[in-house]
Amino acid sequence: MSTITLTLKIWRQQDRKTKGRFETYETGPISQDMSFLEMLDVLNEQLTLEGKDPVAFDHDCREGICGMCGSVINGEAHGPEKETTLCQLHMRHFKDNDTLVIEPFRARAFPIIKDLAIDRTPLDRIIQAGGYISVNTGGAPDANAIPIAAERAEAALDAAACIGCGACVAACPNASAMLFVGAKITHLALLPQGLPERSGRPLDMVQEMDSQGFGNCSNIQECEQACPKGISIQNIARLNHEYLRAAFLSEE
Amino acid sequence: MNLNPKIPPGPLADKWDTHRFNSLLVNPANKRKFDIIVVGAGLAGASASASLAELGYNVKTFCIQDSPRRGHSIAAQGGINAAKNYPNDGDSIFRLFYDTIKGGDFRAREANVYRLAQVSNNIIDQCVAQGVPFAREYGGSLANRSFGGAQVSRTFYARGQTGQQLLLGAYGALMRQVHKGKVRIYPRREMLELVVADGKARGIITRDLVSGRLESHCGHAVVLATGGYGNVYFLSTNAMASNVTAAFRAYRQGACFANPSFVQIHPTCIPVHGSYQSKLTLMSESLRNDGRIWIPKQKNDTRDPVEIPESEREYFLENKYPAFGNLVPRDVASRNAKEQCDQGKGVGETGLAVYLDFAEAIARDGRETIRSKYGNLFHMYEKITAGSPMEEPMMIYPAVHYTMGGLWVDYNLMSSLPGLFVLGEANFSDHGANRLGASALMQGLADGYFIIPATIATHLAGTELPDIDTGHPAFQEAENRASLRIKKLTALNGKRTVDDFHRELGLLLWDCCGMARNEKGLRYALNKIPEIREEFWRNVVVPGTNETFNQSLERAGRVADYLEYAELMVRDALARTESCGCHFREESQTEDNEAKRDDKNFSHVSVWEYNGESSAPISHTEPLVFENVRPSRRSYK
Ligand SMILES: Cc1cc2nc3c(=O)[nH]c(=O)nc-3n(C[C@H](O)[C@H](O)[C@H](O)COP(=O)(O)OP(=O)(O)OC[C@H]3O[C@@H](n4cnc5c(N)ncnc54)[C@H](O)[C@@H]3O)c2cc1C
Ligand code: FES
Repeated sequence: MSTITLTLKIWRQQDRKTKGRFETYETGPISQDMSFLEMLDVLNEQLTLEGKDPVAFDHDCREGICGMCGSVINGEAHGPEKETTLCQLHMRHFKDNDTLVIEPFRARAFPIIKDLAIDRTPLDRIIQAGGYISVNTGGAPDANAIPIAAERAEAALDAAACIGCGACVAACPNASAMLFVGAKITHLALLPQGLPERSGRPLDMVQEMDSQGFGNCSNIQECEQACPKGISIQNIARLNHEYLRAAFLSEE
Repeated sequence: MNLNPKIPPGPLADKWDTHRFNSLLVNPANKRKFDIIVVGAGLAGASASASLAELGYNVKTFCIQDSPRRGHSIAAQGGINAAKNYPNDGDSIFRLFYDTIKGGDFRAREANVYRLAQVSNNIIDQCVAQGVPFAREYGGSLANRSFGGAQVSRTFYARGQTGQQLLLGAYGALMRQVHKGKVRIYPRREMLELVVADGKARGIITRDLVSGRLESHCGHAVVLATGGYGNVYFLSTNAMASNVTAAFRAYRQGACFANPSFVQIHPTCIPVHGSYQSKLTLMSESLRNDGRIWIPKQKNDTRDPVEIPESEREYFLENKYPAFGNLVPRDVASRNAKEQCDQGKGVGETGLAVYLDFAEAIARDGRETIRSKYGNLFHMYEKITAGSPMEEPMMIYPAVHYTMGGLWVDYNLMSSLPGLFVLGEANFSDHGANRLGASALMQGLADGYFIIPATIATHLAGTELPDIDTGHPAFQEAENRASLRIKKLTALNGKRTVDDFHRELGLLLWDCCGMARNEKGLRYALNKIPEIREEFWRNVVVPGTNETFNQSLERAGRVADYLEYAELMVRDALARTESCGCHFREESQTEDNEAKRDDKNFSHVSVWEYNGESSAPISHTEPLVFENVRPSRRSYK
C-alpha cells in the first residue's frame, strides 16, 4: 500500500478556559490503509517521543458505533466520506501533500475539554427529560404479546441507530440538536410501547434542548449531510408533528 | 479463603426460586438508606444501576466515557440468546442451559448457568417493553436466528447492532432514574482503588479524567461491572478504554481472580495489516451461516482467490467437521485457522488470514438476498480493507475477543470480598472455558436486571455495616495509594511510549498465551513479563501532568496493571495442564489434535488470591459438581 505525507493544522487548546490556536504538523509517511485515528496515534507517538504534548481526542470503539469520536476535517464534521464516523474514515481518501485542518465540534452547548475533545453531556440531559419508555424492571408482558409490523420496527431502528456523536449539532449553523431529538422522538413514537408518553415527551425534550443552549432549526439540512448514520431529516418533520400534537393535547 | 459458592439446595429448576425465598429482604422504606456504588455503565452496569434505583436504593454510577451510552457493550453485533422457543424448534430452558454448559466445556457451575437460561426470557420481555426495536417477521412477531453453531434459532437481534439497541434501552432506563434523582452519573471517571473498611468493600477512589482530581466515594456495597480484559493483548476487538484496572485493583485488595487464562479468540475478524494498527475489527459470526472458509491446498499460493479452481481449495472446517462444518464453535474454528496458517497455507500479505467466501451463497440465493443479510457488515469490511466481499472472498483471521475469566463470585454474584459484587464480563461465572455466541449480552443483562436486585439485599440486610463516611482512614489510605502511583507514573520520562510497551506485552501473550499454549512458551512468558515491567517503570515516557486531561497517563495506568495481570494469566495457563474450551495446551490433545480435557484433575475453577507484590499468588480451587449433566467430550465431527 502506498504512503502519503500530510500537513495537519490542528486546533490546540489546553483546557476550557485557555484560548486555543491552530498548530501545524508535518506527518511522516502515512500508510493509506490507516484509519484517521491511527494517523493521529502515529502523530501522537511522534510528539510524545519529541517531548511534546500529544493531541487529545476522544474515541473508544473505533468501529463507528459508540459515538465517542468526531472532529471537523476541512470544514466537514467526521470528514469528507458520507455516512462515515471519523474512526471509520481511512487515509486512502486523502492524497499526498494534502493539508488537513482538524478542529473540534463547535457549539455553544459543547464546551471544549482539551484540543479536539468536547463535553457532550447536554445530550444526556435531553434524554433524561424523557427520551425513554417509563417501565420498571420486571413484570413486562411476553415480548410477542404486541405484534409490530416488520417495516415499522425497521423504521424505528433507522431512527434508533443514532450514535449521539453530536455531528449534527456541529454541522448546524444554529447549533441545533433537532436531528438528535427528532431521532429519539421518532424511534419511540413508531412503537406501540412509546405511545402512553407521547403527549409529554416531545414538549419535555424540546424544552430541555432549549435550556441546554442548543439553537433552533431553520431547515438548512446540514445535519443530515453530516450524520454518520444517515439519520434522515424526516425525523425533524416527525418531531415537529409530534410536538404540535402534544402541544395541542396539553392545551385541552 | 472462603470460596463457598453458596449454591442453593434442591432440584436445579427450583434453586433460584428457593434462593430468592430464603434470601433476606430490605424493607421498602429502608432501601433509601443504602447507597450503592456501581462502576461501569455497559449492559451490566447500566441495567443494574437502573434496576437498583427503581427499587429505591441510592445509586452512584461511574464510567470512563463521556456518557453512559457509549460503554463497550454498544459494539456487540450479532444478538442475544433466550430460551423463548418462539420458532417451536425444540428449544427450552434446559437446552439453553445444556448448550451453554457444554459450550463452556464443563468448566462452569450448573446452578449459575441454569439460572441464566431461566431469566433469559424475562430479558427479552423487558427489552421489548423498553422499546428495543428487535427484528420482526412480517406477521409482527419477533424474528430469531441460529447463531454461532446453535442447532436451534434462539438469537434475537437488531440488524448488526444488537448491543447498541440493548444498551440504549438500559441507558434510557438509567436516564429515567437520573431524572428522578435516584442515580447520579459520574462520567469521565476512572476507578483507581477499591476501599475496604473493616473487611468489607465500602467505596472507591476515582480520578476525574478531565481535572485529574482524586475523589472518594463511600457506599454500603460496591458493584463492579467494568467489562473484560481482552486489551491485555494490545490488539483485540474490545473498545480502546476496556481495561483490567478496576478488577485488578479489587484483586489486590483481596477479591480473588478466577480462571484468568480463559480468553476467547474469535475466528472472524479482519486480519492485522500494519504495525500502527490500534485495534481489530470483528466481523459478525453470522457470516459463517453462509460463508465458506477455505485456503489454497498449495502452500504460498499467491494467485487471486477467484482464479484458484475448486479442486485446489481446501475447505478445512467442512472436511474435518462434516456435521458442523463452518459452524463449529469459535475456539475450534480459530484453532484450525491458526493451524493452517502455521503450515504456511495462510493467505494475504502476511500469510495470517484465511478466506471466507460468499460466492456459492450468492449463486444460490442471489445477490440481493446476500446483500440484505450482510450488507452492513460487507460495507464495514469494504471501508476498512477496500475489498468487496460480493466480488471476492473476505479475508479473516482470529482475534482476541472476550474474557471468560474474571473476579470470582458466588451464586449471589458477590466476590470473595464481602460487599463487592461483580457483574457482566468482569466476573467469571457463566461461560466456563468458552463462551457461546450471543450469550454475553444475555449474561450482562441477567446479572444487572434480575440477579443483583435480588441478591444484594442479603448483604445489606444481613451484614453489620457501620455508619462510615469518606473520613474513615481506609479512604485516606486508598487515596494515598492512588496518588502515589500517579506521581510515580508522571515522573517517568524515559525513551519508550506507553503503547510501545503495551504492544510488546500483547505480542508476547499472543505468542505464548494465545490460541495454543505449551509449557515452554508459558515459562518463557513468565520470565519475560517481569523484565518488560521492570523496563516500563524505568523507561516509559508519560507526558504531561496529572492535573489535566491526560490520555497518556490514563493509558499508562492501565498498561501498568496489565503488566502485572499478564503474569497471573500465564500462571493460570501453566497450572492447568489440561486442554479445555479456549484453553488449548499442546501437551494435552487427542490423536486427531482435538482438545483433551482432564476431568479427574481439573474439574474445578482455578482461583487466585493476591499475596503481596513480591510473592506468588496463592492458588485455590473451587470444585465443580455436575449433578444434572454428564460431562461429555465436546465433539463436533
Ligand atoms: C465487537 C464485539 C461484538 C460482540 N458481539 C456480541 C454479540 O453479538 N452477542 C453477545 O452476547 N456478546 C457480544 N460481545 C460481547 C459483549 O459485547 C460483552 O461481553 C459485553 O457487552 C460486556 O458488557 P459489560 O457490561 O460486562 O461490560 P462493558 O460493556 O465492557 O462495560 C464496561 C463499563 O465499565 C466502565 N469501566 C471500565 N473500567 C472502568 C474503571 N476503571 N473505572 C470506571 N469505569 C470503568 C466502562 O466505562 C464501561 O461503562 C461482543 C463483543 C465485541 C468486542
Ligand atoms: S470511536 Fe466509536 S464511533 Fe468512532
